[in-house]
Amino acid sequence: MNDIARDAGGRGRGWAPWAGVRGAWLLAAWLCVLAPGLAAAKEAPEVGDDPAAERHMLTLAAELRCLQCQNQTLADSNAPLAVDLRQEIRELIAKGQTDAQIKAYLGARYGDFVFYRPPLQSNTLLLWFGPALVLVAGMSALYITLKRRLAQPEAPRDLSDAEARRAQHLLDDDAEEGSLS
Amino acid sequence: MSAPKRSSSFFFLLPLLGFLAIAGFLLKGLWLDPREIPSPLIDKPAPAFRLESLDAPGRVIDSKDMLGKVWLLNTWASWCVSCREEHPVLVDFARTAAVPIVGLNYKDTRVDGMRWLAQFGNPYVVSAFDEAGRVGIDYGVYAVPETFLIDKQGVVRFKQIGPVTPELLHDTLLPLIQRLNA
Amino acid sequence: MIPEIGNFSLMVATAVALVLGTLPIVGAARGNVRWMALARPASRVLFLLVVVAASCLWASLLHDDFSVEYVATVSARALPLQYKVAAFWGGHEGSMLLWLLILSFWMFAVSVFSTHLPREMIARILGVMGLIAMGFLLFIILTSNPFGRLLPGVPDGNDLNPLLQDPGMVAHPPMLYMGYVGFSVAFAFAIAALLGGNLDATWARWSRPWTTVAWTFLTVGICLGSAWAYYTLGWGGWWFWDPVENASFMPWLAGTALMHSLAVTEKRSGFKVWTVLLAIFAFSLSLLGTFLVRSGVLTSVHAFASDPRRGVFILIFLGVVIGGSLALFAWRAPKVGLGERFEIVSRESMLLANNVLFLAAAACVLLGTLYPLMLDSLGLGKISVGPPYFDAVFVPLMAPALFLMGIGPLARWRKANLPEIAARLKWAAGVSVLCAVAVPLLEGRWSVMVACGVLLATWIFCSTVVNLWSRLRPADGGQIGAKFAALPRGYLGMLTAHVGVAVFIVGVTLVKGYEVEKDVRMDVGDTVAIGPYTARFVGTSEGSGPNYLYLRGQFEMLRGDKLVRTMFPEKRKFASKDEPMTNAAIAPSIGGDLYVSMGEPVSQTAWVVRVYYKPFVDWIWGGCLVMACGGVLALSDRRYRLSQRRSAEEVSAAGATA
Repeated sequence: MNDIARDAGGRGRGWAPWAGVRGAWLLAAWLCVLAPGLAAAKEAPEVGDDPAAERHMLTLAAELRCLQCQNQTLADSNAPLAVDLRQEIRELIAKGQTDAQIKAYLGARYGDFVFYRPPLQSNTLLLWFGPALVLVAGMSALYITLKRRLAQPEAPRDLSDAEARRAQHLLDDDAEEGSLS
Repeated sequence: MSAPKRSSSFFFLLPLLGFLAIAGFLLKGLWLDPREIPSPLIDKPAPAFRLESLDAPGRVIDSKDMLGKVWLLNTWASWCVSCREEHPVLVDFARTAAVPIVGLNYKDTRVDGMRWLAQFGNPYVVSAFDEAGRVGIDYGVYAVPETFLIDKQGVVRFKQIGPVTPELLHDTLLPLIQRLNA
Repeated sequence: MIPEIGNFSLMVATAVALVLGTLPIVGAARGNVRWMALARPASRVLFLLVVVAASCLWASLLHDDFSVEYVATVSARALPLQYKVAAFWGGHEGSMLLWLLILSFWMFAVSVFSTHLPREMIARILGVMGLIAMGFLLFIILTSNPFGRLLPGVPDGNDLNPLLQDPGMVAHPPMLYMGYVGFSVAFAFAIAALLGGNLDATWARWSRPWTTVAWTFLTVGICLGSAWAYYTLGWGGWWFWDPVENASFMPWLAGTALMHSLAVTEKRSGFKVWTVLLAIFAFSLSLLGTFLVRSGVLTSVHAFASDPRRGVFILIFLGVVIGGSLALFAWRAPKVGLGERFEIVSRESMLLANNVLFLAAAACVLLGTLYPLMLDSLGLGKISVGPPYFDAVFVPLMAPALFLMGIGPLARWRKANLPEIAARLKWAAGVSVLCAVAVPLLEGRWSVMVACGVLLATWIFCSTVVNLWSRLRPADGGQIGAKFAALPRGYLGMLTAHVGVAVFIVGVTLVKGYEVEKDVRMDVGDTVAIGPYTARFVGTSEGSGPNYLYLRGQFEMLRGDKLVRTMFPEKRKFASKDEPMTNAAIAPSIGGDLYVSMGEPVSQTAWVVRVYYKPFVDWIWGGCLVMACGGVLALSDRRYRLSQRRSAEEVSAAGATA
């Protein structure tokens, strides 16, 4: 979306319309434009020549890292490199490249670091399969431990007088709540 | 109070071992820069480019012309503050004529670029004018200044992200250049 | 003068913390009553000293004392008062002092609300917290002292980052720290139990309220952080799986598992070892989070400026605290007895499954956060792990836990009767499936993701209703109202918190499924259709705030032909920052938010504007607040007040069996 602002002049950054003369000019322009503007009001066009392609680009860009910023996606960032790369992606989409090809294009230049979705490859196997492994391991350990415990005989325990009193206190407490929580 | 025996004391050590492994990574990580991106172009052919020269718009600079030579490609811009840091180092280095240094003027204007060179010195045999930054993207430039060392076959052998320091020149670049020239 | 008083206060506090961290613990091991008795007063003195230090920093901030380097970094003369107060935690040094202040506050609270605890226990608990406080004090004094002077001083400061000049900055960090740091109490209880060898149901009962209150604060803190990001960052996101966000989420996951585990330990004496381990994990993850944010090891929008020296110190501290506690665990835990038996299908086993799932989720977040670092340190490449990964992996992991939320509360202790539960939940299941199919269709587009989310949310809600209804059912005799009043608050708290989760899921699912975003180029008078509304751009105006200049856009929101409201997004220009800040205008409502944010100007009058309609997005934070209410309800349970009255009897009984 920022490329339009760039075409209109300047880098689209560091805008400061309140800077004195320019600010007054803007205000005057606003006043002049207002009346005829209302008459010529229309449904606002979406940014970009092809809105569908634009959305496609943004979907791709949302999974890519802006390399000049601190942890922002390519879709959200306003850094100059992000603006350039979004334009690059637009052009690649217009040339008919697939998502895989566009990603390969960027990966060849910037490495895997640019992908927020880590590619599935030899050094990311643990990353992608780890959580499932942890879950399976955890559940298995749980099941095995429970089964083992049930297999052991329950040791009979005699309560001392003090323990018996404590038990009574706790039981009285429990009786008030039932077995609810 | 007799308690049923636990299956194995080893399992109780697992959390501690896990923590020690993590701590090891964290310790190593303190000296790494999470934002430094190694170049995927190392040991791959340098992307070809044809750009106009900064000072003479009619003259075309083709990367193929540099085949057969070991050379440095240095990205710079008049708006880049760190470039001013490394520039004297490059100017001095250029005087030794050890390798030709080609400049890539990245996302700049001709006027600003030439003025900057006039003011701070020109170590480049020639500067290519990459106004749109497309060649920069091909080289994976994300933080100017960046410097590439390219060998006689046109393969990228080294990339420096950030200013070139005298230590880098002496310890890393010069030995590598000598090896590649041999 | 004032900063020097603050500095001195910190040094005295370090000495007090040293005494507190050693004598009571040794005293408890040796039965030395006088040394043990030091714990409570020492904690209170420590708190007082830290309050003095904190007051000195606040005084310097409020008096614009720019000869203090920290004040010059985070504040400025024109900064509004509330942000000068919040600037206390605007930078690394101050936020460490906040950590310490909140830690000492928790110590003070424990020293006050612990008359029913046996003295060995309180000595150990406060002793452990004292050791932690000492670590932080040393860290602050040696590497991150906010009282360093900048002589000869500067006329004005650098100002607080404009992004932080927001009510969110006033509320979010203190709430978050109250939570994170609050887990140190549960941790201290766990260590005390391991040291003393008396790990039992009473220990769990004492531990539980402290854990619940810390969890409640953390829930609110994370919720505030997310809501703040949403309305401040200009592109409508509310969670980015940023490393610093993950650093606060992992303790929350572990803390949730801990709360559930404590319930079993308290009721059935089960899971004792596991609960202790969870308590250690929860606080360890808090400390780990503190490390990650300040060491420069990970990239993040939130990270403080990094310094390997600080990183090494915190890492050593982590090694001592976490390594030490896990070593203690490995040594003492095998000796702890098992609790009551229970069947493979029972409430205990379901709660255990809940624990496994939450811990697996925390492990998965940890894996994703640390993986790039692990690969890099092994020289295996440089990758990024972002939202696409976490969304793909975390949600499937949580889904079984959410399903269990419906069944668990209905399961009996020791042995659950599955056919009976199934019969009771028949209609809940039916309603859930119905809603899962109907809601997406009603919203206009069927989607599997939305259907699953609605299914789980409705399932949780309906099964909660079934649970409540079974307690209030008139067939058993008695008035519904009286029965309701008789319900324990702990139970109601659980139900409320679970409903909060359901509300949260509804919000997340519907906003992700049906939000509409439009990037349009608008000239004055242009309109754009967004969701059920039409937005018309009226024009812009300019003005100035306390320390910024603004350009304000005016947008009329129409529904059909009727003007529903006017929205005023802004671009603000602060003196301290080159780029103007985008302040989106948000019109919240229960059904959805309208969100308008101005991009860049494209002509003298036209602008690129981003307009969003986000249905049910406020249910996300609403759900979190409902969860927190559940926590508060649980805390007001009678038995925690009763326990004060029983203190004398319990102490003597506990003393005989310790």
